[in-house]
Amino acid sequence: MAMDKQTNEQPASAYFMEERHDPNETHTLSVLVQNEPGVLARVIGLFSGRGYNIESLTVSETEQHKHMSRITIVTTGTPMVIQQIKHQLDRMIPVFRVVDMTLTGRSIERELAMVKVKGKGDARVEALRLADAFKARVIDATTESFVFEITGNSEKISQFVSLMAPLGLVEVARTGVAAIARGPDGM
Amino acid sequence: MSETKKSESRQMTGAAMVVQALKDHGIQHIFGYPGGAVLPIYDEIFQQDAVQHILVRHEQGAGHAAEGYARSTGKPGVALVTSGPGATNMVTALTDALMDSIPLVCITGQVPTHLIGNDAFQECDTVGITRPCTKHNWLVRDVNDLAKILHEAFYVATTGRPGPVVVDIPKDVQFATGTYHPPRKNDVHVSYSPRVKGDAAQIRKAVALLASAKRPVIYSGGGVINSGLEATRLLRELVGSTNFPITSTLMGLGAYPASGKNWLGMLGMHGTYEANMAMHDCDVMLCVGARFDDRVTGRPDAFSPNSKKIHIDIDPSSINKNIRVDVPIIGDVANVLADLLEGLKAESKRPDLKPWWSQIATWRARNSLAFKKSDDVILPQYAIQRLFEATKNRDTYITTEVGQHQMWAAQFYGFEQPNRWMTSGGLGTMGYGFPSAIGVQVAHPKSLVIDIAGDASIQMMLQELSTAVQFDLPVKIFILNNQYMGMVRQWQQLLHGNRLSHSYSEALPDFVKLAEAYGGVGMQVIKPGDLDGAIEEMIKVRKPVIFDCRVAALENCFPMIPSGKAHNEMLLPAEANDETTAAAFAGGKALV
Repeated sequence: MAMDKQTNEQPASAYFMEERHDPNETHTLSVLVQNEPGVLARVIGLFSGRGYNIESLTVSETEQHKHMSRITIVTTGTPMVIQQIKHQLDRMIPVFRVVDMTLTGRSIERELAMVKVKGKGDARVEALRLADAFKARVIDATTESFVFEITGNSEKISQFVSLMAPLGLVEVARTGVAAIARGPDGM
Repeated sequence: MSETKKSESRQMTGAAMVVQALKDHGIQHIFGYPGGAVLPIYDEIFQQDAVQHILVRHEQGAGHAAEGYARSTGKPGVALVTSGPGATNMVTALTDALMDSIPLVCITGQVPTHLIGNDAFQECDTVGITRPCTKHNWLVRDVNDLAKILHEAFYVATTGRPGPVVVDIPKDVQFATGTYHPPRKNDVHVSYSPRVKGDAAQIRKAVALLASAKRPVIYSGGGVINSGLEATRLLRELVGSTNFPITSTLMGLGAYPASGKNWLGMLGMHGTYEANMAMHDCDVMLCVGARFDDRVTGRPDAFSPNSKKIHIDIDPSSINKNIRVDVPIIGDVANVLADLLEGLKAESKRPDLKPWWSQIATWRARNSLAFKKSDDVILPQYAIQRLFEATKNRDTYITTEVGQHQMWAAQFYGFEQPNRWMTSGGLGTMGYGFPSAIGVQVAHPKSLVIDIAGDASIQMMLQELSTAVQFDLPVKIFILNNQYMGMVRQWQQLLHGNRLSHSYSEALPDFVKLAEAYGGVGMQVIKPGDLDGAIEEMIKVRKPVIFDCRVAALENCFPMIPSGKAHNEMLLPAEANDETTAAAFAGGKALV
């Protein structure tokens, strides 16, 4: 049988050992949850327990009177795995809704970063000039350092950070991605 | 959940609320083990008679007993254990219940609220440890939340895809006084609303596929049993009205009777040849409440390559997890089957299934469950056959441990009704069967309850014999004793060059004396000729019995889908000589 050669390459196990190699996709998911103790641990535990990736995860209470929080997760996986992630999230008891922002194709994604740069002379001037070009604000300054605040999509922030690297980059704090759909309708 | 009057709300302690909630949910039996952090609840249990407590000998036993109780009744099983080791000992049973979708409510004691996080005596992070092995869990920090949480716990455990839940109650919350209210609708998370009714458009697509199928097969699972007796009735009606062949997973046995003419036997790794071939060659597959487990599918990329697949499941995450299906229908099995049947009534013109049935007849003729009988030594398959013959006309419930004996029980014991077969399918927990049988016997005190066991598995939860004796539970332990961990030995023989690494029990106990030591009855049978008489004697004894049935030591469980192979590459017993076995497992050996 044509399959035999392939089959016999697997080690002695009743589990099927070959992995599928479908191409990975990156998706941004918005998850509306009841804000109760342990809810974030449930979500993170799901990802680690089932071997899903978390590229970024952002969470905060968004509707205080209803005790609702919004979690934005950027994840990668095959289309089948992405579908599984959504179903697995959706069946958790405190989860209200899961929306795949990437599939809707109409979402805006933003991230905020604070970037500390240390330097004097030309490097310092150049950092300030680039910050201006990226519309980053100075939120702290000493005679030998700046802290810039920058918002934008993840690529823009990564680009800014990489430009700062040779100019005395000390450290970066990033919030992770927050996403919202365009248009008048909520999730 | 029923609406009840506000006026029934009243003040009581947290411990009293636990017992009151059990009564309000109609719970008559719970399984548990006391300890420091649950003493207030045990004090309440002592002062009432409505809820009977069965004292186990190990918390894992309480969990499995509650599982057996639940599976044989369709009602939730309840376990009560203390903090720390009480809770951690429950983890196996909770995981088992999660994998097999068994409704289980587990109440754990916890150290007082102000000590949580201090590494107090018998403290553990129970909600943290049990989060991945429950459907949901709660730590109760305020006695005024307790009633709502207990009611929600029962609701979550029993609705949608059933599963285990844990309510962790600190000792100070058990002592504190607060307001109790009976179950009411808004006790439940607004975010939790399982879908019961199938989508009409999807059902129409399914009806069209089923009505035009030339080589259909129904593949049913534990979801049919969980959905309830109506689902079983509808499944039988569907088979009757369509004349489709039907196979089932390990979990689904009994939904369609094993004596039914459309029955193909169990499918999967140790399923029948006809069931697996029908799955492989079908043109339309109707999966009802099953989840395409890896023991069922074999090689996923060669699984039923030319069929359109319809999948009914209440849990959306079961859809397209392992196998991509064409028509997913999210909903409760009974509800969806009713709609399917309604739709099929309108489709009167159907293809002739005679060619398909004659193909199936040729597969059946291979007699994939054949085994060589012997007059000198008891074959394990023969022992199950005789046990079946002796018990089939009685009110019998069967549980099993995990291993070869479990597969032989599934192959050779014919289940005619649902809820009569309790086995650890998903997790494969050795030690499940005996405590589970205890739970079944508690629910059905007059019935015959038999744990078909192996000599290795039974020793994992043997201490529960003390429970059976204390509570007059005449459970029968039918051990197929081959002095090996048979399935491990079989795999070592087939896959690891017959190097029998630690699969032989050097020092088995004398099971007859052991039974007597606990106050039960011990029996041993060695000769095939003595088997029937001994089984009759075992059935007559109104006490727990250990039946030590000495069987052929090196018998293998066949048929078998070898590692990484497809359904149509099964190894049949008649062909399983050294040469074919070596060939089938060639890849494995080369890489050992």
